[in-house]
Amino acid sequence: MSAERIFRAIFVLYLAAFAIYLFAPLMIMAAAAFNESRFPTVIPWQGTTLSWFSTMWADETMWQSLWTSLLVAACVVAVVVPVGTAAALVLTSLHARARSFAYAVMVSPLLTPGVVIGISTLILWRQLGVGGGVFLIVLAQSTFIICYVMLMVMARLQRFDRTQEEAALGLGASRIMVFRRVLLPFLRPALLASAGLAVLQSVENYNTTLFVRGFETPLTVFIATKVRTGLTPAVNALALVIILAAIAGAVFYELARRRRTA
Amino acid sequence: MSHSVELAGIGMTFGSTRAVSDVSLKVEAGEFFSILGPSGCGKTTILRMIAGFIEPTEGRVMIGDRDMKGLGPNQRPTAMIFQSLALFPLMSVRDNIAFGLEARGVARAARHAKAEELLRLIALDGYGDRMPGELSGGQRQRVAIARALAVEPGVLLLDEPLSALDLKLRQHMRAELRALQKRTGVTFIYITHDQSEALATSDRVAVMSAGLLQQVASPRELYEDPATPFVARFVGETNALPGRITAVEAGRASIETDLGPLTGRAGQGAVAGAPGTIYIRPEALIPGTGENALTARIERVDFEGSFALLHGRFAGGASLAASVPSTRLADAPAPGSSAVFGFAPQHAVVLADG
Amino acid sequence: MGELRTRFGTGLSTVFLVLVLFWLAGMVLAPNLMMIDYALRPNLPPAALGGPDDTYSLSNILYLAGEPTHRAIFIKTIWASGLVALVTFLVCYPIAFWMAQRATVGQLSIALLLIIIPFFINEVLRTLAWFIILSYRGPLNSVLMNIGLIDAPIRWQGDGGVLAAMVYAYILFMLLPIYNAIESLEKAQVEAARDLGASPLRIHTRVVIPHAKAGIATGFVFTFMLAAGSYVAPSLLGSPGSRWFTEIIYNWFFEGGDWNRGAAYALVLLVLCLTVVLVTLRLARVNLADVAK
Repeated sequence: MSAERIFRAIFVLYLAAFAIYLFAPLMIMAAAAFNESRFPTVIPWQGTTLSWFSTMWADETMWQSLWTSLLVAACVVAVVVPVGTAAALVLTSLHARARSFAYAVMVSPLLTPGVVIGISTLILWRQLGVGGGVFLIVLAQSTFIICYVMLMVMARLQRFDRTQEEAALGLGASRIMVFRRVLLPFLRPALLASAGLAVLQSVENYNTTLFVRGFETPLTVFIATKVRTGLTPAVNALALVIILAAIAGAVFYELARRRRTA
Repeated sequence: MSHSVELAGIGMTFGSTRAVSDVSLKVEAGEFFSILGPSGCGKTTILRMIAGFIEPTEGRVMIGDRDMKGLGPNQRPTAMIFQSLALFPLMSVRDNIAFGLEARGVARAARHAKAEELLRLIALDGYGDRMPGELSGGQRQRVAIARALAVEPGVLLLDEPLSALDLKLRQHMRAELRALQKRTGVTFIYITHDQSEALATSDRVAVMSAGLLQQVASPRELYEDPATPFVARFVGETNALPGRITAVEAGRASIETDLGPLTGRAGQGAVAGAPGTIYIRPEALIPGTGENALTARIERVDFEGSFALLHGRFAGGASLAASVPSTRLADAPAPGSSAVFGFAPQHAVVLADG
Repeated sequence: MGELRTRFGTGLSTVFLVLVLFWLAGMVLAPNLMMIDYALRPNLPPAALGGPDDTYSLSNILYLAGEPTHRAIFIKTIWASGLVALVTFLVCYPIAFWMAQRATVGQLSIALLLIIIPFFINEVLRTLAWFIILSYRGPLNSVLMNIGLIDAPIRWQGDGGVLAAMVYAYILFMLLPIYNAIESLEKAQVEAARDLGASPLRIHTRVVIPHAKAGIATGFVFTFMLAAGSYVAPSLLGSPGSRWFTEIIYNWFFEGGDWNRGAAYALVLLVLCLTVVLVTLRLARVNLADVAK
């Protein structure tokens, strides 16, 4: 019995260590945004201030980056949701053998390192005379984000009762009307969720974006550059705002999901 | 306006499986027509060919004397009620019912008016704003019917629509369907594996087995005058005694069985010298003597309410089922005893095996 | 394709096919083919393109084999990524087992929420958090000095820092597949094994891990691929002595100005990752279809 108890104690310690490992970095980063110290840290505490938030607020280049990231994210959503949905529908219409081959091809971008996706996109489009910039960022990011949309739509499609389509056809609906009035409303939750995921993936991407950004500076590149060229707690202030926005988004998404399934 | 449906030699092959072979039949306009058979007999395939979800690999489907070849399900004057009902879960009951009219470009106000009218018809007025998930099984059933009727189809196709309901509700909905069909005059083609459902509701019934059409007849004819051994065994209970047909004359056939010579009506294919079987309904077997005397040992008596079923074995080993009205149960043989049964020749049929 | 057309009609299915082809041909296939083309050609001034020197060869790839620093960094990236995957597995396995087999419903939903929250946060920000903690005048050194464990600050940045940040970044990719796999194991099986007198270690090596093999392989594959292809952690947390293969690739493109060599190096990285993926999945007998949950 005592061996059991020791084992249990070790496990609780491990859980605690895991929780600290998970959250201490984020908390320290958030707390450092309020420290007057020139360098972001929490020890020593040199006085509490909100000034780093106003420093960041006044930073023109930050706003430029934010705008670039949001523009890219909007374009990515516009590309990946239709293409990912189409891919899911095409894939589920294939026969078993063709399907497993097509499936392997379609998930391959997920198993490709992000830098390789950025590089190959950059090379192809230079050949066509197009350099890095918003257009290439959108294309490169979409290449793998489409996979996520496809997987989410496919998961939802598995629960679709195909006789609904037949019922609608039997009542005289055209195939376009069946798609618009029966299938699309059914897929709506998955489409909204995948659009949310796409925004998140797009805004947070760095490895792929770095190679195709051209002269653009999306938010992740902006932060990484700051880290190298002169990190101040103003970056932590920005990080905190982003983290809060992400958590709010996650909570909102989770609540919406629970309400739907309830 | 209701339509007739004619199937001319239709067949369907999926890969290497033959689901339906050479089926020809005609359903008259305004008829309540059932297709009865065990699962996998091809009845659903036939319904889906009529609806246009699949094209037959051979033969033609004619609806109202028009060849349906190449017309999709949304171009045919049919409406279908699915086994799963397939109500649209994200649309209100009203939008469900009005869907077919929406597809036909009917203006919003007009289609809502029509939906209200149908809601009254199925006794669900005031339920228009509910979602299908908020209705009971029987209510969903009625919405599915209303949705199909809203487009005023010439033919209504029903694919075992009652199978998900419990017995009581099923019997109630059966009567309701029958009444609805009489009131609207629409041609109903009804698929079921439940023979009592088919016999109770239909004007005529087609029996299918393994992709082949066995018989098309009125329920009574089907029961009294089965055309094939399959129909004789599948529709209703029966006592089957195999033997060799010895003589056929004046509508009567004699057959030599393990239990001695017996006589019944001559069915299809009954010719002297051929191997055959005599089929006797349980209610035709009367305890005591009579023509065609048969000895059997009683093993069990199942009391069913208005009648009781005696189960046992004939002297030759074939199983016995005889029904006795409850009012005469006191005179019936007890389990464990031997008894003699007789039957009138006009209540049994002799069919050639095959 | 026929099924697609009967289901959606000619118009819609054409739209779907065009979209999918645009993706697969234009965004997946063509860029990779062009990258291979680049990798196999020499780096020439524009005037010499199409001239006698513009021939296909393996020289860009052989250059990697012949250049000792790059070769060392490449090999180090492979084993270091493997190490990241291994450490991530060791960190995640007990938690995954506890969540799948021991935790109550309430504990489970809290644990899932707590684990997912950090992953709603950008990889760059997560790396930034580690950058702050590990920095020379940062909190970790301050704490250790205050409690007297060390006398002078330590330079954490380098291999150790990269490892810590990468493990941190990829926990979710390891934890979820393993959790899903263990969850499908009947609790009764573990109890039966214990009932038969098996030690905890034996229960895990003989019952749980074999059952969760597919999940572990999936987690390993993703973690390895993400680690080998990561740029942000090594570039922010690394030191000059701990360079990562992706940094060399970056330099060929944006500092060395030799895209052909950069393409060759990227191709090597791609082939490495695909090989690891396919071999691991084959060894664990996992279908590619089961990898993407």
